[in-house]
Amino acid sequence: MSIELKNLYDDFRDAKTIKAYAKQIAKDAKELNRSIGIMEVCGGHTHTIMKYGLPQLMPANIHFIHGPGCPVCIMPKEKIDHAYTLAMQQDIILVTLGDMIKVPGSHGSLQDARAKGADVRFVYSPIDVLKIAKENPDKKVIFFAIGFETTTPMTAALLESVIKNNIKNVLFYINHVTVPEVMTTLMVDGENRPVENKIDAFLGPSHVSVITGSEIYEPFASIYKKPVVVSGFEPVDVMQSIHMILKQLLEGRSEVEVQYARAVEKGGNKRAQELINKYFEKAPLFSWRGLGKVPKSSWQLKDEFASYDAEKIYTSILPTQECQDHKLCRCGDILKGLATPTDCTVFGKLCKPNNPVGSCMVSSEGACSAYYRYGNIK
Amino acid sequence: MKINTINLAHGNGGSESKELVETFFYSAFGNSILNKSEDAALIENGKLAFTTDSFTVNPLSFAGGNIGKLAICGTCNDLAVMGAKPKYISIAFMIEEGFSFDELRQIIKSMRDELEKNDAIVVCGDTKVVPKGNVDKLFINTTGIGEIYYSGISASNLKEGMSILISRDIGAHGAVIFAAREGMELSSELKSDCASLYPQVKSIVDAGVKIVALRDATRGGVAAVLNEWASSSGITIEIDEASIPVCDEVYGICELLGFEATALANEGTFVLAVPSEDAQKALDILRKTHESSAIIGSVNGTYKGKVILKSSWGTQRFLDLPTGELLPRIC
Repeated sequence: MSIELKNLYDDFRDAKTIKAYAKQIAKDAKELNRSIGIMEVCGGHTHTIMKYGLPQLMPANIHFIHGPGCPVCIMPKEKIDHAYTLAMQQDIILVTLGDMIKVPGSHGSLQDARAKGADVRFVYSPIDVLKIAKENPDKKVIFFAIGFETTTPMTAALLESVIKNNIKNVLFYINHVTVPEVMTTLMVDGENRPVENKIDAFLGPSHVSVITGSEIYEPFASIYKKPVVVSGFEPVDVMQSIHMILKQLLEGRSEVEVQYARAVEKGGNKRAQELINKYFEKAPLFSWRGLGKVPKSSWQLKDEFASYDAEKIYTSILPTQECQDHKLCRCGDILKGLATPTDCTVFGKLCKPNNPVGSCMVSSEGACSAYYRYGNIK
Repeated sequence: MKINTINLAHGNGGSESKELVETFFYSAFGNSILNKSEDAALIENGKLAFTTDSFTVNPLSFAGGNIGKLAICGTCNDLAVMGAKPKYISIAFMIEEGFSFDELRQIIKSMRDELEKNDAIVVCGDTKVVPKGNVDKLFINTTGIGEIYYSGISASNLKEGMSILISRDIGAHGAVIFAAREGMELSSELKSDCASLYPQVKSIVDAGVKIVALRDATRGGVAAVLNEWASSSGITIEIDEASIPVCDEVYGICELLGFEATALANEGTFVLAVPSEDAQKALDILRKTHESSAIIGSVNGTYKGKVILKSSWGTQRFLDLPTGELLPRIC
């Protein structure tokens, strides 16, 4: 029997099932009888929640808090400026993934760089970089790698292939970030003091967890006493996960549970993890747009692969100037659950998807962009 | 950061295109005919429809058509959806040196076939040959004049209670071009919807259906058409999401690449607004050409100027104009 693509989503968008969970959630919420904030860490979930209108199915005391899990949104302007500078070099082709090309830096976006003559391309799979490199032997192809644990193994696989095939014109600029450290900063500060937030539970990321396994969330359940349910990306997945979270809260439990059991195991994908650890090590600090500097929350190439590291090779031409976020932008508060996009004074006015002021408006996975696009119809 | 150069998003048929056209072209050339912003201009006191379109599609040939077929369909369809019979066409070819005679012959043959379907003739033309690299293989511009046989079609006439129909399953052209460009192998024969719409529009008129608004959903897709109508008429269009026909292949490509079918380009698919009492009659005629045609929604006044998508589980959201760079050079 062959599986068709539609088998992978049809049942997970079934109206009857969604309605049945909505009923159950209403019952759970009534019994809980207090305000509950559930953070979906991952931008993919933010997108699902807004696209399918799930807040409209929630009782008044259940709130979604849209987390920092959109790799494009959290990219600091300094990094965009680096990509822009590299792209503007004559002998360089800069390759990146999807939405990254429209994020504005101090001089403009990569899309603007391209309009000025830079060779900027986007690919769906990092492996496509090999084809570009082969077709352009006299150019350096820099892969501007972005993403959480989900895309990191693909970058590692690309590097492995580059080394194995002795390809001389592919370089890497690594911006891979990791989930647990940034989740921790939402709980406690650098001195381990509790941070103000309204998070009662977490909806765990889908694809990140396929790679890492669900065990990375254990501290959030055991130390910070927040239920975590790793959820799939479809509306039925999210509704079922909310029900599982409310059940934990009702029973006074805080555990890591996996709703997305069709893809996630406790220990994750070992082969992918090995690949990551072979080429990457934790960088001391990554500056998250809207959230600030978080120690050990990103990857960098190990020293032995420095000859593939564009950030090191081109260090003399990369700008060092720090960029400040817009004063009125409230993305930082939104990412902590202290504000919603509509609380921000620039939302939908100065700040729109084609002219984003803050990080959450940048990619379709950002909270502000999803609110703007789908409208937060009550 | 102020943008002062054109980028590819300005050509997406969505919000950036609109901004570009309004800022530069309407402000420089605006007049009472142009400002109506219809698919074709009505001239000579509404007796004639007049339009132009340029074609830069990459690849030049795709499943279901080629740039030549597209160039005739595109211009004739812009006339057809204004209630005009396409009559006189001009063609301009911009050709890169090195282009093969065989390929040119094939493209011209497709153009002739399509002209026949519209019963239209080419009455003038132009050819430019440019050095290698100055255009990508071949660009074509076509202009057309049609004779109005059904008047009153406009984006600004929609009223509460009216019905919205779609002539077939959506997004095939955009999906085919994308799959070809990305080298995606499809397990079935998905073809571009590229087709001449005049015969189908004529049959609706002949059946006595009152057509309020009619537009072929090209760049920007169905989402762009509906948004333009909602905004021009100052009404709300409410669409029942489950009723929008999308074939499995297009849906699959959208899932893989994160698109919405409503934002994908079509080249032989139109959206139609009729009084509700004419909806069933219109549907019966549409179904004679495409079984997948459907009534997809209606007009009301809840969120003026907006398009609302209703899910089958009772939630609703806005369907916005597509933004950003979806895919350049699709037509």
